[in-house]
Amino acid sequence: MNAHMNKAGASAEYSGHLRPEEKQAWLKMIHQQHRRQLKKKRRIVLTTQMSILLTFLLIWEIAGRFKWIDVLIFSYPTKIFMQIGKDMLSGELWPHLWMTLTETAVGFLLGTLVGTLLAILIWWSPFLSKVLDPYMVVFNSMPKVALGPIFIVLFGGGFTAIVMTTLSITVIITTLVVNSAFHEVDPNLVKVVRTFGGSRRDVFRSVIFPASFPAIVSTLKVNVGMAWVGVIVGEFLVAKVGLGYLIIYGFQVFNFTLVLASLVLIALAATGMYQFVVYIERKLIRER
Amino acid sequence: MNAVMELKGVEHVYVSDREATLAIASMNLSVYPGEFISLVGPSGCGKTTLLSMMAGLLIPSKGQVLLHGRPVSGPDAEVGYMLQQDYLFPWRTILSNALIGLELQKSLTEERKQTVIHLLEGMGLGATMDLYPSQLSGGMRQRVALVRTLATEPQLLLLDEPFSALDYQTKLQLEDLVAETLKAQRKTAVLVTHDLGEAIAVSDRVIVLASSPGRIAKTFEVPEHIRESQPFYAREQEGFNELFHHIWKELEATERKE
Repeated sequence: MNAHMNKAGASAEYSGHLRPEEKQAWLKMIHQQHRRQLKKKRRIVLTTQMSILLTFLLIWEIAGRFKWIDVLIFSYPTKIFMQIGKDMLSGELWPHLWMTLTETAVGFLLGTLVGTLLAILIWWSPFLSKVLDPYMVVFNSMPKVALGPIFIVLFGGGFTAIVMTTLSITVIITTLVVNSAFHEVDPNLVKVVRTFGGSRRDVFRSVIFPASFPAIVSTLKVNVGMAWVGVIVGEFLVAKVGLGYLIIYGFQVFNFTLVLASLVLIALAATGMYQFVVYIERKLIRER
Repeated sequence: MNAVMELKGVEHVYVSDREATLAIASMNLSVYPGEFISLVGPSGCGKTTLLSMMAGLLIPSKGQVLLHGRPVSGPDAEVGYMLQQDYLFPWRTILSNALIGLELQKSLTEERKQTVIHLLEGMGLGATMDLYPSQLSGGMRQRVALVRTLATEPQLLLLDEPFSALDYQTKLQLEDLVAETLKAQRKTAVLVTHDLGEAIAVSDRVIVLASSPGRIAKTFEVPEHIRESQPFYAREQEGFNELFHHIWKELEATERKE
C-alpha cells in the first residue's frame, strides 16, 4: 500500500513521503495558517476604521469645548448624544422616528413592487414599451421632488403625500433597471422554453423572472437610499412629525444640536435598513 | 415509407430595414423514420434557419414543412431541439432542469419523472440530480441537456451543433452516447454541424448545403459498414477518408462558386 502511494508520480515530490494521516495534518496546518492571516488582516482594517471615527469625534469634542468652532452651529458629540438621550427618555423622539421609518418602509416596498409590476407590463407589450419610452425618459430625467407641492395639494400634507414623493423617486428607476434586466436574459434560455412549445407566459414565469430575480433584489438596495431621499424631502415640505420635520424645526429655532441629532439618527436608521436588505438579499439568492 | 419530416419547395426571406434577402431557396428534403441525417455547409447557408422551421419556431415564407404529413404551425411535442450549448437554467437543479420540458407541456406525471430519473442514471448523472448546473463539467451539462430533450419523448431530434462547445475528448464521447441512445430508441435525427468527420461518423446521409441563397448542393450516402460502427470507430473504417475527401471537395467547390 505504502509502496504504491510512493509511486503516485508528481505528488511524491512534495508530500508523497508522508503517510496519509500526516498528509492530512500538514494540509490542515496550511489551512489554519491561511485563516490566521486573514483574521489578522481583518483586525487591522477594523482597528484603523475605529481609530478614524474616534479621532474625529475626539477632535470635534475638544474643538467644541474649547470654543475653537461655533458651538451654536456645529455643536459637539456629547451634547448631541445627550440630546438624543433626553428626547428618548422623555418619549418625544419615538413618534418622529417611528413615522419616518414607516414612511420609508412603505415607500420603499411599494416603490419596488409598483416598479417591478410596471416593468413586467412593459416587457409583456412591446407596443406599450415603445409608446411609453419618451414619457419614461422625460420623467426619469426630471427632478421628481419638484412634484412635491403638487402631491401636497392632491393628497394633503401628511403620510400619503410623503409616500407619493418617495414613489415618484423610486418607481421609474426600478422600472428601468428591472426592465433592462429582463432584456439582458440570454435569448437561448428563452429558445429552450419555446422549443417545448412554451407560451409568452411560460417564458416569463420559467425564464425571464427567475433569471432577473437577482437584479430585482439588488434594486432593493438602490431603492432603500432613494426612499430615504424621498421621505426626508417630503417631510421638509409638509410634515408635522418625522426626523425630516425635526431637522427643519431645529433649523428654524436655531437648535443645531437637534439638527445634528436627527442626522445621526437618520444615518443609523438608514444603515440599519440597508444592512437588513443586504441580509434579505443574501438569504434569497443563497436559496437558489 | 412515409417521411417523418418533409420540406416541400420551402423558401425563406429575411427582412431587415435595408433589404429583403432570400435565405433559403426551393428546398426539398425528406427525413425517414430512424434516419440520422447531417447538414453541413459554410456559414450563412441557412442551417439554423432550416432547423428552426422544422422545430416550428419559424414559419417559411413559401412552401410547406410537414411533420408526419401535417403542416407544422408551431412547436410540437413530437420534435425535440438541442442547442449549441446546454443552456441549463442555473437556478434549477439538474433533475428540475431535465423535467422542464414535461412541465411546460403539462405532461409531468410521477411515472414520467421516474423515466427521466432512469435516463439521468443511465448517463452517469445519478449522483448529480440535486446539484446545480454550475457544479457540473461541460460534458456532463450537455448530457443533462440531452436528457432534457429526450424527456418529452420526441420522435424527431433536431441537433444544432450540440458538440461544438465541448473539448475534443468529451465531444467524441458524447457523439458515441448520442448516436447509440438515438439508435437504441429508434429516433430520427437531423444534425447541423461544421465538423465533416462528425457528420460522416454519426449519420446515414450527409447533405452539403451551398449559401446565398441556402440550397442543397449535394447529398452523400454513408456506406453501410461506416453507419453500423460506433462513431468513434467509424473514423477508422475503410472508405471513411475517401468519403471525407469527396465531401470536402464538394464543400470547397460550393464556396468557390460564390
